[in-house]
Amino acid sequence: MHILEVKELTKHYKTVKAVNGISFSIPKGVCFGLLGPNGAGKTTTIEMIEGITKPTSGEIDYEGKPRNRHFRDVAGIQFQQTSLPDYLTVKETLKLFAGFYRKTLSLPSLIEKCDLQSFTAQYSTKLSGGQRQRLLLALALINDPQIVFLDEPTTGLDPQSRRRFWTLIEEIKQQGKTVLLTTHYMDEAEHLCDELLIIDHGEIIEQGSPRDLLEKHFDHTPILLNRSDFILDPDKMTEDVVMDGEDVVILSRAVEDTVQSLIKNHVTLTSLRVRNPTLEDLFIKLTGHQLRQ
Amino acid sequence: MKTFFALFIARTKEFYRDRGSLSWTLMFPILLIVGCAVAFSSDQEELFTIGILGEANQSTPQLQFLKAPYTELVYYQDEEKALQRVKHHQLHLLISTTPSYRYWINPNSSQGEVLELFIKNSNQSWQRQIIEGQQIRYVDWVIPGVLGMNIMFGSLFGVGYSIVRYRKNGVLKRLQATPINALQFLSAQVASRLLIVLTASSSIYTGALFILDLPMLGSYLDLFLVALLGALSMISLGLLVSARTNSEELAGGILNMTTWPMMFLSGVWFSLDNTPVYMQNLAQLLPLTHLVHAAREIMINGATLGELSFDLWAMTAMAAVFMTWASLSFRWYK
Repeated sequence: MHILEVKELTKHYKTVKAVNGISFSIPKGVCFGLLGPNGAGKTTTIEMIEGITKPTSGEIDYEGKPRNRHFRDVAGIQFQQTSLPDYLTVKETLKLFAGFYRKTLSLPSLIEKCDLQSFTAQYSTKLSGGQRQRLLLALALINDPQIVFLDEPTTGLDPQSRRRFWTLIEEIKQQGKTVLLTTHYMDEAEHLCDELLIIDHGEIIEQGSPRDLLEKHFDHTPILLNRSDFILDPDKMTEDVVMDGEDVVILSRAVEDTVQSLIKNHVTLTSLRVRNPTLEDLFIKLTGHQLRQ
Repeated sequence: MKTFFALFIARTKEFYRDRGSLSWTLMFPILLIVGCAVAFSSDQEELFTIGILGEANQSTPQLQFLKAPYTELVYYQDEEKALQRVKHHQLHLLISTTPSYRYWINPNSSQGEVLELFIKNSNQSWQRQIIEGQQIRYVDWVIPGVLGMNIMFGSLFGVGYSIVRYRKNGVLKRLQATPINALQFLSAQVASRLLIVLTASSSIYTGALFILDLPMLGSYLDLFLVALLGALSMISLGLLVSARTNSEELAGGILNMTTWPMMFLSGVWFSLDNTPVYMQNLAQLLPLTHLVHAAREIMINGATLGELSFDLWAMTAMAAVFMTWASLSFRWYK
């Protein structure tokens, strides 16, 4: 059973084709990750589904029917960048948003669920990054939504705040709610998402569960070297070679053979590292650049 | 209504917690009123002001006194309006040469007594008519204008800037993601701003009544209703200005362009009686003109709402047009 179905969704601006006829479905109760480098069309896609941006063409069905004006009653939304009214405390901000919905969660339980107890009397403009994101999540959950849209919710948070946020998202999943998440952090996607959709230049380049995608794309092991140590011409290597910041990533099918070849060619191995492929590697392979670039 | 009240309460709290904005809203008109009180505390007037009802040929020997130095001439077609000016000492003498030579004078006006000597020496038989009434000081006359101007600034800038700021920083976008609609949002903004503007203006007016001993010949309730309609029409204009604007600088420019003509063409500082007809007609298109005129008529002449129906309808129509236009063209985010 799909909670959301997107068909041939397109958004063209004057000179830019932000989203180019993409189609996908989101099963009910999963955490669905929408990944892609900056400018790939993630936010445009999610905002079209939310009803904030009008698509150029395409259809979006919620529970088998085109979305109507009641969709916002059942959707919880956290934007990538947003501001809240000035001079309102956290509790007052929650009360304000509770006033917009017919059905809402009780504020004390929401405050507890999102761990806001210690700062409910503070102005919402005076919060730390982690506190602010938890408040924004509480606002997205205030109407007890069936589907929750989280657009890069942990960007800019310290590792501890991110982990805390992950726990909250896992709790949302446990309640059977569907989560549509965009993120720049591959560890986050790997940890939280059941399904992934990778887009670039407004088009889908891959789709599936993290495990399936890694198995499909990695019949090799990444070997990393400092770029300064790698003195060979990448085009003359038998393996695929990708530049990743200060590192050179050699996608090796036989680690021993690759290492012997490097030794033979007098490459310094001091900085050599071998590791299992991650979603980050998948990204680099599929899009040719890191997510944060 | 739940949504409306949630937005109304939030916006009102935002305003009164913003100490800078609150202080300025109260201080600005107080400074203006104190300024007026100090600047116009002297009753001395150096000019003689003579009203001419209809036309008068100044070259005829009987009217040579009109060319006397320090004399300002103001022409009137509306007799009732001109007589009001004599009553309040705003005209020291009013003359009419058709169908017969007549003049009106306020026996309590010292300047009128002087001018009457010219009349008596003009070798013409004039019909003398008396209009009695208390002198209206300039400060009495200008205070309705200052209060109206304060309502204008509070309404236009208050609602205009806050909506543009909301749009620019993404608050409106976040609100759009909820089930609220533009009308609910805008009506809450209007109601909150009305409360703020009317509370501030009422406090300032009450203070001015005591400090300046202002006349009030009409009904306070009527005056409140006029202020409410005036504020509503200008808040709606503020909504229209901010309906699609993304930049505070642009909004500031448009709001200045809107308020400056009103300040000078709406009769806040000086009467429009002596201005060209086209300018007087143009002023009728400005909500502040109707607000100031209606407030002044109630305070100085004791006018009733029935007598001010044109001003009331004009402000109502402007509010309806601006509000509808703003709702239709409203954009949540840039």
